[in-house]
Amino acid sequence: MATDPFPNMDSPQSRLLSSLHRFASVWGTVVIDGVSTVGDISIFGWQMILWMFRAKPKRETLMPNFYAVGVLSLPVVALTGTFIGMVLAIQSYHQFKNIGLETFLGAVINMSLVRELGPVLAATMLAGRVGSAMAAVLGTMRVTEQIDALISMGANPIHYLVVPRFLACVLLIPALTVMADFMGIVGGYFYSVIVFGIDHAQYLRNSREFVGSFDLFTGVFKSVFFGATIAVVSCYRGFHCQAGAEGVGRAATAAFVQSFVMILLLDIVLNIFLDAVYFAIWPSGAKLF
Amino acid sequence: MQESILDQITTTPMSSGKRPILETRSMSLQFGRQVILKDISVKVNKGETIAIIGESGCGKTMFLKALVGLLSPTSGSVVFDGQDIQKLDDQDMTNLRKRFGFVFQNAALFDSMTISQNIAFPLRQHGVPKGKSAQNLISERLAEVGLPSNVLPKRPSQLSGGMRKRVGLARALILEPDLLLYDEPTTGLDPIMSDVINELMMRTRKRYPVTSIIVTHDMHSARKVADRIIMLYPYSRLEHGESQILFDGPPSALDSTRDRRVSQFVKGEAGERLMEMLASRNNGPANTISRVDPNHDDGMDEE
Repeated sequence: MATDPFPNMDSPQSRLLSSLHRFASVWGTVVIDGVSTVGDISIFGWQMILWMFRAKPKRETLMPNFYAVGVLSLPVVALTGTFIGMVLAIQSYHQFKNIGLETFLGAVINMSLVRELGPVLAATMLAGRVGSAMAAVLGTMRVTEQIDALISMGANPIHYLVVPRFLACVLLIPALTVMADFMGIVGGYFYSVIVFGIDHAQYLRNSREFVGSFDLFTGVFKSVFFGATIAVVSCYRGFHCQAGAEGVGRAATAAFVQSFVMILLLDIVLNIFLDAVYFAIWPSGAKLF
Repeated sequence: MQESILDQITTTPMSSGKRPILETRSMSLQFGRQVILKDISVKVNKGETIAIIGESGCGKTMFLKALVGLLSPTSGSVVFDGQDIQKLDDQDMTNLRKRFGFVFQNAALFDSMTISQNIAFPLRQHGVPKGKSAQNLISERLAEVGLPSNVLPKRPSQLSGGMRKRVGLARALILEPDLLLYDEPTTGLDPIMSDVINELMMRTRKRYPVTSIIVTHDMHSARKVADRIIMLYPYSRLEHGESQILFDGPPSALDSTRDRRVSQFVKGEAGERLMEMLASRNNGPANTISRVDPNHDDGMDEE
């Protein structure tokens, strides 16, 4: 208790001051830690960008990461997309039928999918599948001194380990998002047209009329940022992993949680930005088609 | 003045055999407020084999890592072959790393690669030396550490601890580095495998004039392999003003040392540590670890 500035605890006033002091100290630590982590992640991201241009990534490091991120995630992303599409159809059908607008389901489902649900849910799924796996692999490499071994043999760990993972996420997560969108459209169509019996031609006409290429672009554009965030946050967590199995577990969990929070934050920011762009280009809010 | 002139004479390249290939100058290493190493000055001559001994937590592995730039000293410098390694840029440091070989405690083989790819890793980074083929080099090094060629397509997880360590040694040796650093090479191995590793370290030195630094707490290994032993002591346990290097000399001088802490370590006696442990059980944790840095309040009194 040597650092307690209020040794006389008898009066209520000093008790209040003491608790205020503790409150400030605890929250101060949280804020300082938060700010320094954001700073560290930014420096980490900057170093990664420098290394991306300083030396060409090696094929032997690119291919396994592209395979792990792209090919192995395909089934889970397709499944997620299909089910979102079907669930959207189930949730919206009765409300739209009550007002006689069930044929507009095509527009509602597909618009929500390509603009918002496809990219965000695919990114969330991938933050869990790809992000935590990356943090666990890099964390284990840190704990078992494999990262030190890389450095000692003249390889830069950011160039060797982070750049390929970043490229895999930035290039393939948008591609996987397109896959999630497509499967969602198929799932929504299946449930609306085949199960609920909505007219096929009207469903498709409404989809085409209301969902424009800017909507599709919005989703894919956001997914590039989501991919970059997942890669940077997860690799950073892996690189700063604490010792032991618990440390690796924490790194994997933190990678997912922080990527997810960042995806949500970025989603809001990018939506505001894209809306501004949209209305700047088409002041009347006109559609492309 | 006398001393500094002598110093200059021993550090000039003219004095051939005794020229230090590696030198630490007042090197200190600190994490936050925790002092790991303080003012360590050591000169390592070319071709020497040095064992760094000391109890767990005394900072010997950190010392080894600081020598090759895996950790940056808080103050002081590390000079390898006349170059201050902290002042080198990325490219020069990468080139210099060709001349280092590091054998990690648990081998640190890359799980995602086969044994063959692991051993060839330095060749892929720095290129194959002229007039040699990668395949021949891999086979030579594998034979040198006494492993059959059928391990080459295997993954590190399929090998035993001793085999992994030998693969780690083969990987460190592939470019015939000038400086080999071993981090606890015999820890966790059975006595026979420990001796195999000792013999391998000695054979490597006989084959070519490599400088080796071995961090270990295996006294049998240190006495057998090293020509010079340095004992590091945890900074937190030192009396004020004492050097962290308690012993620096040939293995034969270990038995005649007067420092009780050295003889205690060499003989493997718990001595007053046992009493300290019992006392801490009775008095709580505050007595177990003494000071961290005399200049700072170590925070223990807050508990």
